[in-house]
Amino acid sequence: MKGKRSIRQILDSDHVSGYLFILPFIIGFLVFTVFPMLASLVLSFTEYDILSAPEFIGIENYKQLFLKDPLIYKTLYNTLFFTLASVPLKLMFALMVAMLLVKANRITSVYRAMYYLPSMVGGSVAIAVLWRRMFAGDGVVNALLRSLGFPGDIYWLGNEKTAIWTLIILAVWQFGSPMLIFVAGLKQVPSSLYEAARVDGANRIHCFFKITLPMLSPTIFFNLVMQVIGALTAFTQCFIITNGKPLDSTLFYAVYLYRQSLTYGNMGYGSAMAWVMVAVIGVLTLIIFKTSDKWVYEE
Amino acid sequence: MGIKKKRFLMKGIYHITVAFLAFVMCYPLIWMLFSSFKETETIFVTASRILPEKFVFHNYGNGWKGFGGIRFTVFFKNSIFVSVLCVLGIVVSSTLVAYGFARIPFRGSRFWFSCMLLSMMIPFQVLMVPQYIMFNQFRWIGTFLPLIVPCYFGNGFGIFLTVQFIKGIPRELDEAAKIDGCSHWGIFRRIIFPLIVPAMVTNGIFAFIGKWDDFMSALLYLNKPGQYTIALALKLFCDPSSSSDWGAMFAMSILSLIPVFLVFVFFQKYLVEGISSTGLKG
Repeated sequence: MKGKRSIRQILDSDHVSGYLFILPFIIGFLVFTVFPMLASLVLSFTEYDILSAPEFIGIENYKQLFLKDPLIYKTLYNTLFFTLASVPLKLMFALMVAMLLVKANRITSVYRAMYYLPSMVGGSVAIAVLWRRMFAGDGVVNALLRSLGFPGDIYWLGNEKTAIWTLIILAVWQFGSPMLIFVAGLKQVPSSLYEAARVDGANRIHCFFKITLPMLSPTIFFNLVMQVIGALTAFTQCFIITNGKPLDSTLFYAVYLYRQSLTYGNMGYGSAMAWVMVAVIGVLTLIIFKTSDKWVYEE
Repeated sequence: MGIKKKRFLMKGIYHITVAFLAFVMCYPLIWMLFSSFKETETIFVTASRILPEKFVFHNYGNGWKGFGGIRFTVFFKNSIFVSVLCVLGIVVSSTLVAYGFARIPFRGSRFWFSCMLLSMMIPFQVLMVPQYIMFNQFRWIGTFLPLIVPCYFGNGFGIFLTVQFIKGIPRELDEAAKIDGCSHWGIFRRIIFPLIVPAMVTNGIFAFIGKWDDFMSALLYLNKPGQYTIALALKLFCDPSSSSDWGAMFAMSILSLIPVFLVFVFFQKYLVEGISSTGLKG
């Protein structure tokens, strides 16, 4: 007969102790993620300025957003432009440098560190401040262009066409994390494949397109998804360096969302904007996932 | 040309290219470092030259005075305070949660693990407004609590990283301890904990960098200059309206990067392993 189990035994049973160990996560997940998400969904159908009680207005926010707010489309365009320009460039550099540095020895690990350093500090305010100065009219970029013989009189941050490129360059500069992930991926490619290809007379270019790229495609896929999400939600650097200027040509969706909800206090509208952002991210991720069986090679 | 000579030449070209590119990558940082030792008036006149004609150190003194009568000592103290408490919270909670996920077969384990992965994908902007309202209800706006408290409930990246690490530890160790009468807590404390210290270090490093650089939550929740963390203070210090002493701004920017830089130099191995093994971050 089963006797009474002591409290100690009950606590140590798999089910109870499992939940005890992950309890912090469950509480945090419910309080700081699930509840805010539900609240945000509800708020998106209200008008709310935090001072007075929220007022239910149906789909008015979404109507306003899609039909009457030209800045939504402008900021969406800016964000997509930034994403489409920065992510492919970033991944290309990451892969290129990863291939140069895949051999493990003392000197390549020093190089790797140097290439990773910008990613390490790139998200900080200090770098944002530096960037603002580097691309100023009398900044170091123009000075370098002049010393190379170019006119070097571009006012990068004041021109609608060039301002967004300062942010793109900053993003591309931080290719360190995808680079390290590529290095790890490249090490997984069995060297026997290359040896066999060489015996068959393949040159390096063949090897790259027929072996390296297909074998690396799961890693590329992973990096692509992470970087796209990161670019679509980019905030700090845009907020500090350009803050949307000039003429909203660099205003990112996330920064506009912040403005609407916290600067103007339109929390209901901000919530609706946030859900549109989730939808955009969801659709883009879905597209990447759907096309992945065409180009991601699985063993 | 002999094969040996050719190989030597190729090696030379390789190193020159890679080293040159590495220099280009680090150029902005080097430029800022040396600019902080230039006289403010000469920084932009001599922008294309790296080394200052004469090293001056008063930018650091001038910058340290801060703004609004608050010295950078205060901002650094605030940042250290917040970062240390956050790192502690993230490391302890993530380690406990990770052990639960990695080693205890309980009902719903898979479901909650997927929830955790999902929570890492949710853009912060969706949570921003309701979290702000919630912390406002708690009367936490204008305190450090909204920055620190959420760290004590585990962090997706940290949990994931530690789970991966624990899975690499042979299960035989747990089983032997179980036979000897160890409880789950006992196994965690005596067997797993001593073995996952490297994972905790990695986790702590990422948490530290993330929190030290965290600008957004400081911007949202801190409203008195005396509470500003270094990220927020630097932003205000460098706003064109408040000052144009670029030497001082660069000096303070350099100082704000030093903790992250030191972590990078001393724990580089952990960082690289953390990124390569989880395939996450940034």
